[in-house]
Amino acid sequence: MRPLEQTFEMKQDSANVISVSGLTKYYDGLLAVDGIDFEVKEGEVFGFLGPNGAGKTTTIRMLTGLSQPSAGTAQVLGHDIRTGITLAKKEFGVVPEVSNLYDELTALENLVFMAQLYGVPSDERVKRTGELLKTFGLFEKKGARFSTLSRGMKRAVTIAAALIHRPKLLFLDEPTVGLDVVNARSLRSLIQKLNHQGVTIFLTTHYLEEADLLCDRIAILVRGQVVALDTSDNLKQLVKSEPACEVRFAPTPEEVISDLEKQRGIHRVESSGANLHLYGESMPSLTEAIFQYASQKGLEIASISSAKPTLEDAFVQITGMSLEAMLVEKGGR
Amino acid sequence: MWKDNLRGIYYIAIKDMKTYYLKPPAVSWGIAFPLAWIFAFYLRNPQDFRELVPGLIAMTVLFSTTAAEAVVINFELRLGSLERLLLAPISLSAVLLGKILGGVIFGFMMTAIVTLGTVSVLGLQANAPFLVLIIILSLFAFSSLGALLCVLVKEVFEAQTLLNLPRFVMIFLCGVVYPVSALPPAVKHFAYVLPLTYTVDGVQQSLGSVQSGNIILDIFVLIAFTLVFIFPAIKLLAKKFA
Repeated sequence: MRPLEQTFEMKQDSANVISVSGLTKYYDGLLAVDGIDFEVKEGEVFGFLGPNGAGKTTTIRMLTGLSQPSAGTAQVLGHDIRTGITLAKKEFGVVPEVSNLYDELTALENLVFMAQLYGVPSDERVKRTGELLKTFGLFEKKGARFSTLSRGMKRAVTIAAALIHRPKLLFLDEPTVGLDVVNARSLRSLIQKLNHQGVTIFLTTHYLEEADLLCDRIAILVRGQVVALDTSDNLKQLVKSEPACEVRFAPTPEEVISDLEKQRGIHRVESSGANLHLYGESMPSLTEAIFQYASQKGLEIASISSAKPTLEDAFVQITGMSLEAMLVEKGGR
Repeated sequence: MWKDNLRGIYYIAIKDMKTYYLKPPAVSWGIAFPLAWIFAFYLRNPQDFRELVPGLIAMTVLFSTTAAEAVVINFELRLGSLERLLLAPISLSAVLLGKILGGVIFGFMMTAIVTLGTVSVLGLQANAPFLVLIIILSLFAFSSLGALLCVLVKEVFEAQTLLNLPRFVMIFLCGVVYPVSALPPAVKHFAYVLPLTYTVDGVQQSLGSVQSGNIILDIFVLIAFTLVFIFPAIKLLAKKFA
């Protein structure tokens, strides 16, 4: 297996699958996307991260021909989105945020219909639909009407439909929204698998962990503008963090936060479940204060480690937004 | 590219037939409604029923083509399924033409049943090529009219309401029940700007019911109506995805 760094360096040298320059979109006079620029390399998982309303879906709609840009240019798989989008569509697949296949048709019929629309030869249709249904663990459900499938299964059939013509590039718009933990996890594994098979992935999400886990590079979009674009690790390094460590006591006393904040060398304490994040002047002064406190109270230290900046920290610092803003679902939920 | 578009038009039409048209609501609206109307007129005056056959055929053309278009277009717009079609490598015009063709195929099936039934039962002599041509052109004209009215609005109920207006106006003014020649002059002029007038006239002439009309004019007017309805419909749909 290639080391990860080497894999990413190879992707950096790859050709651009998407090139966007000054892309702008107004809706009824309101600026939805504000002159963005970025490139997506062949074979990478490119994340488009931002809160709802940031312009992620609008950007996907422009790149896939569902909406016309107000200004700027973009090339998708070498085709200009204004003049050659129909040709580009033959080579990319789209998984919209909402699973919008036909309720009246079965899983199999939906896939066959998509194969027909994309011009998959008739002798190939049965083979490909069968393969995809097996890949997604839906072969037993092939005769079930789309309306009767669970949300996770609908999502899987929608993704299968986007892959029926074997695209080089796959747009995934908030693929795990509304899925339970198990389905979301299996979908993320599938995205990684597809990428390993050579499919370039353009992923929009407002889940930071998802972007961190899946993406080679992440563009952070806020109010229609790309405010940062880099690898997850590089984005985390942008965080000017004060020394921090993560500790868990056994047991955890009730007044632990206020007690610790009174200790010399500790500036502030935040709780994250059973763990405590402590920030201070330096690592030695932090550890000294923690051990001193544990000894005074007769507590056992269950675990202690230095805390590295997370993508959440990077997001908060780069955007100046709260994490809560990211977690708000569409419609304010 | 044109091959991709033709393929798309065909498969969209077939899919719509399967998912929407060949379902009880569309079948009942497309065929039962015109039959019920004509049956009512037959009971009133059984002797002149042969004269009502062109009107029955024209009404079947009108109602069957537009029976499910509100669902086919507006419902899909709302659910996002139409967007799914637009993501395929075919043009927006091809997507709309596929929707129109679905209405035409369903309308042809329903009209064929009514036409063959009435012509054979009543022993009518028909100029078959002209009759088929008039029916097909009318199916395209009304399916295009339905598509245009549907893309004008957002909701299914709005589209259905909007479709009812021309449908009922045309039933009364276009010679389905009362001859256009018997209408007051002002209303008569209005009848001549409605496409169903040319369908009724064309069918009447194909069945030999009247000798005075001009079937060639009917053919060209129906083609013109189709174009007049299709192009704005495509423009309006494109505007929704601007």
